[in-house]
Amino acid sequence: MWIDPSRPAERALVTHGHADHARSDHGAVWATPETLAIMALRYGTEMGTPIAYGDGFEANGVKISFHPAGHVLGSAQILLEHAGERVVVTGDYKRRFDPTCAPFEAVACDVLITEATFGLPVFTHPPIEDEIAKLLAAREANADGCIVVGAYALGKAQRIIAELRRAGFDAPIYIHGAMQKMCDLYAAHNVPLGELILATGLAKAEMKGAIVVAPPSAMHDRWAQRLPYPITAMASGWMRVRQRARQRNVELPLVISDHADWTELTDTLLELRPAETWITHGRTDALGRWCELHQLKARALDLVGREEEDES
Amino acid sequence: MHAFAALIDGLIYTRSRDHKVKLIADYLRTTPDADRGWALAALAGTLSISTVKAAAIRAMAEERFDPMLFRMSRDYVGDTAETVALMWPDVSQDVVAPTASEVIDMLSGTSRARAPAVLAELMDRLDANGRYALLKLATGGMRVGISARLAKTAFGQAFGLSVDDVEEVWHALRPPYAELFAWGEGKSERPDPADSAFFRPFMLAHPLEDGNVNLDDFVAEWKWDGIRIQIASTGGETRLFSRGGDEVTGAFPEIAAAFNGIGVVDGELLVRGDVQGGEAASFNALQQRLGRKNVTAAMQAEYPVFVRLYDILFDGTEDVRALPWTMRRNRLEMFVAKLDAVRFDLSVIIQARDFDHLAEMRAAARAVAIEGVMLKRRESPYLAGRKVGLWYKWKREPLVADCVMMYAQRGSGKRSSFYSDYTFGCWTPDGALLPVGKAYSGFSDEELKWLDRFVRNNTVARFGPVREVEKSLVLEVAFDAVHESKRHKSGIAMRFPRISRLRRDKPADEADTIAALRAMIG
Repeated sequence: MWIDPSRPAERALVTHGHADHARSDHGAVWATPETLAIMALRYGTEMGTPIAYGDGFEANGVKISFHPAGHVLGSAQILLEHAGERVVVTGDYKRRFDPTCAPFEAVACDVLITEATFGLPVFTHPPIEDEIAKLLAAREANADGCIVVGAYALGKAQRIIAELRRAGFDAPIYIHGAMQKMCDLYAAHNVPLGELILATGLAKAEMKGAIVVAPPSAMHDRWAQRLPYPITAMASGWMRVRQRARQRNVELPLVISDHADWTELTDTLLELRPAETWITHGRTDALGRWCELHQLKARALDLVGREEEDES
Repeated sequence: MHAFAALIDGLIYTRSRDHKVKLIADYLRTTPDADRGWALAALAGTLSISTVKAAAIRAMAEERFDPMLFRMSRDYVGDTAETVALMWPDVSQDVVAPTASEVIDMLSGTSRARAPAVLAELMDRLDANGRYALLKLATGGMRVGISARLAKTAFGQAFGLSVDDVEEVWHALRPPYAELFAWGEGKSERPDPADSAFFRPFMLAHPLEDGNVNLDDFVAEWKWDGIRIQIASTGGETRLFSRGGDEVTGAFPEIAAAFNGIGVVDGELLVRGDVQGGEAASFNALQQRLGRKNVTAAMQAEYPVFVRLYDILFDGTEDVRALPWTMRRNRLEMFVAKLDAVRFDLSVIIQARDFDHLAEMRAAARAVAIEGVMLKRRESPYLAGRKVGLWYKWKREPLVADCVMMYAQRGSGKRSSFYSDYTFGCWTPDGALLPVGKAYSGFSDEELKWLDRFVRNNTVARFGPVREVEKSLVLEVAFDAVHESKRHKSGIAMRFPRISRLRRDKPADEADTIAALRAMIG
């Protein structure tokens, strides 16, 4: 039995629906109902066994249960219990409030297998309210044009929209065609996103003052050239580093991430104090060094098939 | 500091030159005096806080952070100031952020020993963007793609003045430029430029892509492989300016001191003698000096510089720019005759029978430290910028060699976090690879992504920030010349190498040999 296998496996436990964790063509799949719905949407007819948060099952004498990770809709940590030993695989996670998914649950364990996407002390994600305010201010200042926000189609896009609504922005929000089905899926799972309009085939005049959410790959595409005076925004934790934003021709960087930042990663380790920590994809060396400084036993785990740029 | 920090960030994320100018102009119009003056100085590179050096920032960082975590972060971010600004812990909201003037006052009023503590205290009063702007302000290296000339252009735009008007009074004024702003806002008279030498825009050349020119209409000169420089002197003072109009007098004080003419001349800064493989081989040394505000006597002695003059803009106080090139040339020859021959000479005219003969001479010129040929219309006046049909540069074809990538390092600036600096080698007779050069340009953004991935997936060893890679990738490297070098184990070094093509199709053992490269030494 594998967790988030990068190749088709006979039996797979899947933490969440992002493509580098949920691959197609597995035999049997166990995941949360939301994750299964996302996989079905992406890969067609894939079936699996739904496991609700807090629930689990037993296989080969190991008790397996799923717990909220706070990363995207349906994202889960997986707890493995055997002979009194508890191992938690965090998958991707964050600790901050997110209106689109269940909040992270701290699960006591002996071994923690943690992600480290933003495992460098330079990564501190600012409060999302500040970043949304920046986006709204840029919209005000660019009345003749529009703002295109690059955001990953699963999770980030819906979170931005939900946060805009939470900030009181109730005008229609325009979305790229590639996002519509996922937004519908979120709405069907009780994540209200307000009025969304497909940003295709509309007159430029109609789009004045619009906020358009699109996958990063569409930002510098011909699709974007039909928009009136677009300002290119990008919602990503990488935007914290100026040159990274510049490399991607971003004019309005929004530091918004669905991953734990350095403080969340280290605070979680201090809170759980596992006997041992295995660090998977991301900046394994820096988080490992931090563990050493705090007398926590840790080792890096090299995984294949994980995108280093998880959000790109 | 908030407004200044916002300006810096705006400049970083703005690509268009016009938009940058507008951002600066808006800031200069709406910010109070002193603050805006210091900001203008920071952008124009005239701000110098002697108490804070880059080393002080590293020292401050190493005191606060684990050195290893700092190094890993620095390696990823690619910029020390930004790394420190991002790692620094946030402080409570209710502290009052310092103004730009307060920052300058506090830092200039302290000692070098106390400076890190003062800087740390200021850091504690700012958010991440403010801390970044503070460190950039304190060290003077803004790196926001703004030249002094552009800063002056923005000042002009803010107050409805031409950049040449600003240029004329600029050197008579000092930061924080209160008189300049008063003049801009119409509150006082134009400042007295006094006895001030100032910059006039260079005349530039178009590349001669194909076809030819008639040598009856055009004169040919060598294109010297140095640094373009303008010397302006009123007799009372002499200033040197680089291509972009930035002052570089401090980097080449021996040139300014030796210049005893009155007027404005245009030429190429070169190194005399056979230092490290000849004149052009010391181009890198010149480049390094260019970036400095002051140089040591040792640097001056190591690379004796001189200026090869090729045009004259002002003869005495007479503006001769409207005269045709032939008449300016006569003036220039008389002008140079009166200068110190150790530091100044005259760019020779190439005596070619016709264009084909010139082409032959150009092809043969590789041995000499020459970049190619300049073609100037005999009737051309000296005009600012690049005008069609007047001046052409006709560069030599580069040499190329197939080399194998050996090591890679992360770049900085635009390439931060990408493995973008490559060391490559060629084969010895006994089948070993020896490094022959290092390049970090010539590839497209797409190719860079591919190369970065290649390095990550083919790393065989790590030495600090350097990754050694599987010796499997052939890079076609273009370069201007190759010369003997004692510094490299291979005994040779390339001049201005850049990656011209990725030869993914070519097996590494078919790359060039050291012997083949050595045969290209002119």
